[in-house]
Amino acid sequence: MLRYALKRIGIALLTIFALTTITFFLLHLLPGDPFLNIKVPVAIQEKQMAYYGLDKPILQQYFIYLKNLLTGNLGTSLKYVGRNVTDIIADFFPVSAALGLIALFFAELIGMTFGILSAQFKNRWPDYLLMFFAILGIALPSMVIGPLIRYFFGVELRLLPVSGWGTPEQIIMPAFVLGLATVAANTRMMRACMLAVTTQDYIKTAQAKGLTPTQIVMRHELKNSLVPMLAGIGPAVASVMMGSFVVEKIFVIPGLGKHFVNAVTTLDYPLIMSLTIFYGTILVTMNLLVDLLYGVVDPRIRLD
Amino acid sequence: MERTKAWKTFPFAKLERSGMEAEEMVRPHTSYLKDVWRAFKRRKTALVSAVILLILVVLVLFGPMMNPYNYYSNDYTAINSPPTAQHWFGTDTLGRDLWTRVWVGGRVSLLIAILATLFPFLIGMVMGGISGYFGGKVDMIMMRCIDILMGIPAMIYNILLIVVLGSGNISTLIIAFTLTGWMGSARAARGMVLQIKAREFVMASKTLGASPARIIFRHLLPNTLGIMVVGVTLTIPMIIFAEAFLSFIGLGVAPPNPSWGQLISIAAEVFKSYPYQFIIPCAFVSLTMLCFNLLGDGLRDALDPKLRA
Repeated sequence: MLRYALKRIGIALLTIFALTTITFFLLHLLPGDPFLNIKVPVAIQEKQMAYYGLDKPILQQYFIYLKNLLTGNLGTSLKYVGRNVTDIIADFFPVSAALGLIALFFAELIGMTFGILSAQFKNRWPDYLLMFFAILGIALPSMVIGPLIRYFFGVELRLLPVSGWGTPEQIIMPAFVLGLATVAANTRMMRACMLAVTTQDYIKTAQAKGLTPTQIVMRHELKNSLVPMLAGIGPAVASVMMGSFVVEKIFVIPGLGKHFVNAVTTLDYPLIMSLTIFYGTILVTMNLLVDLLYGVVDPRIRLD
Repeated sequence: MERTKAWKTFPFAKLERSGMEAEEMVRPHTSYLKDVWRAFKRRKTALVSAVILLILVVLVLFGPMMNPYNYYSNDYTAINSPPTAQHWFGTDTLGRDLWTRVWVGGRVSLLIAILATLFPFLIGMVMGGISGYFGGKVDMIMMRCIDILMGIPAMIYNILLIVVLGSGNISTLIIAFTLTGWMGSARAARGMVLQIKAREFVMASKTLGASPARIIFRHLLPNTLGIMVVGVTLTIPMIIFAEAFLSFIGLGVAPPNPSWGQLISIAAEVFKSYPYQFIIPCAFVSLTMLCFNLLGDGLRDALDPKLRA
C-alpha cells in the first residue's frame, strides 16, 4: 500500500510541476508585454515592468515564481490593480466550492439511485424512462439547459430567483444545471456496474442462502458496484469545476469561475496563470485522493 | 500379400460423388464488415441516429444554398424577425438570416469537431502503437508522460492554449483540442496493441523480416480500428460541447463567422424576447450530440464481439 501511495503522490507532484512549468512558459513566451497598449512615458513603463518583476531574464522570473508559489504568494492581478491573487481566491473560491460541492453531492446521490433503480427494472419502462433522462442529460449541455430553466422557473413561473447568491433558493437552479451531466453519467455507470455484478457467483450464493432481493441489492450488489463508481468522482469534479465557468455566468454568481472567465477575456495574464495552476492543483489533488481511496477499498489495485 | 487380400474383401463401397456436398458451404461468406453491419442493424436507435446525422450533414453542406441570403449581410428591414416565409428560422438582432447562419455555423462546428477528433486519434494511435510494440523503457517513459499530461484538466489547458495562440480562429481551436486530446486514444491503442502483439500473425510477420514500422502500421494499428471508430464517434459530441463551452465564455470562433456555440451564446442574452433565436441552434446541437452518442453506443455493440449478448 505504501509503495502504491508513494507512486501516486509522486505522479501527482510531477503533474503539478509540469502544469506550473507549461503554464508559466506558454504565457511568458507571448510576444509583447501587458503595458503595450497603455500610452505612458518610457520611464514609467520601465518602472512598472520592474514593479511586476518583468524586466528580469525569463529563467530568473520562473524561479522567483516557483519560490513565490511555494510560499503561497500567487502574484498580483493586472486589472484589479494591487489585488493579490491569493485574496481573490480567498474571496471568491468559497462561493464556487459551496455551489460545486452541493451540486456534486446531489449529483452522486441521485445518479446512483437512478442507476440502481434502472438496473432493478432492466428492460422495463422505469429503466427506459431513466435511461432516456440520462441520455438527455448528456445531450443538453449547461449553456442550453441553463438559460431555458432560468426562464421557465425564474421568469415564467416565478418559482425561483433568476440570479444571485446567498439564499438556499438561489442555489437550486445553478446546482441543478451544474450537476445534470454528472447525474446522467452516474446513472449510466451505476446501471452498468449493477448489471455486471448481478451475474457474479456470490449473488447466486446469496440467493441460495435465501436472502431477500432487497438484502442482496443492499448488501452485495450495491457495495460491489461502489468500487468502480469511485473512479467517476475525478471526472465529475472536473465537470463541475469547468461547468462553474458557464453556470456562474448564466446565474450571475460571484464565484471564482466567473473571475477566471473575466481574466481570460481581459487577458489578465498573472491572474490566468495563477488560477490555471490553482484549478489544476485542486483537480490533481482530487484525483490523487480518489486513487488512494481506490487502493484502500480494493486490495487488487495495489498490486500493480 | 495377406494385407491386400484383406483390403479387397473389406466391405466398403465407393461413395457417390454427390455425398461430398455435405462439405459445401451453402451460406454465403460473412466478412467482418458484413457481420458488423448485421449486428448494427439490430440497434434501431443507432440506425435512426445515423440517418438523422446524414440528413444534418446534407443540410449543413447545402442548407445555405437553399435561400438567397448569406451569413454576414444585415437586413435592417427585418431585424429580430420571427420565422417567416422569407426567413425560415427568422433573423437575429443584426438582421442576419438564421437559416443560413445555423447551417454555416454547423459547418464550422462539425468541421472543428471532426478534425479535432481525428487528429488526436491519429496521433494517439501512432504513439500508442509505438509504446505498446516496443514496450520496456520506451513504454514506461511514454506512459509516465501521458499520466502526467492527463492529470492536467484538458479544458483548462485548452483555454490556456487558446489564450496563447490567439482566440477566434478555427485552426487555433483544432490545434488546442489536438494537443490536449491525444492521450486518451494513445492509452487505448497501447492496451489493444499489447493484446494483439503476442498473436501468431505478428510473429509470422516478424519472422519474415518485417520492420517494426511495417508491423505497427500494417498489422497492429489496423486491428485497433474498430475500437478507435467507437472512440471517435463518442468524442465528436464532446468536442461539439467543448466548442460551445468555449464560445459561451468568449473564446470561440470570432464573429461574423458563426458556429453553433456562438449562436447559442449570443442568443442566450436575448432569450426572453426572441426565444426562437436560442432554441433553434440549441435543438440542433442537442440533436447532433444525442445522435453521435447513440450511434457510438450502437457501434460499440456491433464492433466489439465481446459485448454482444
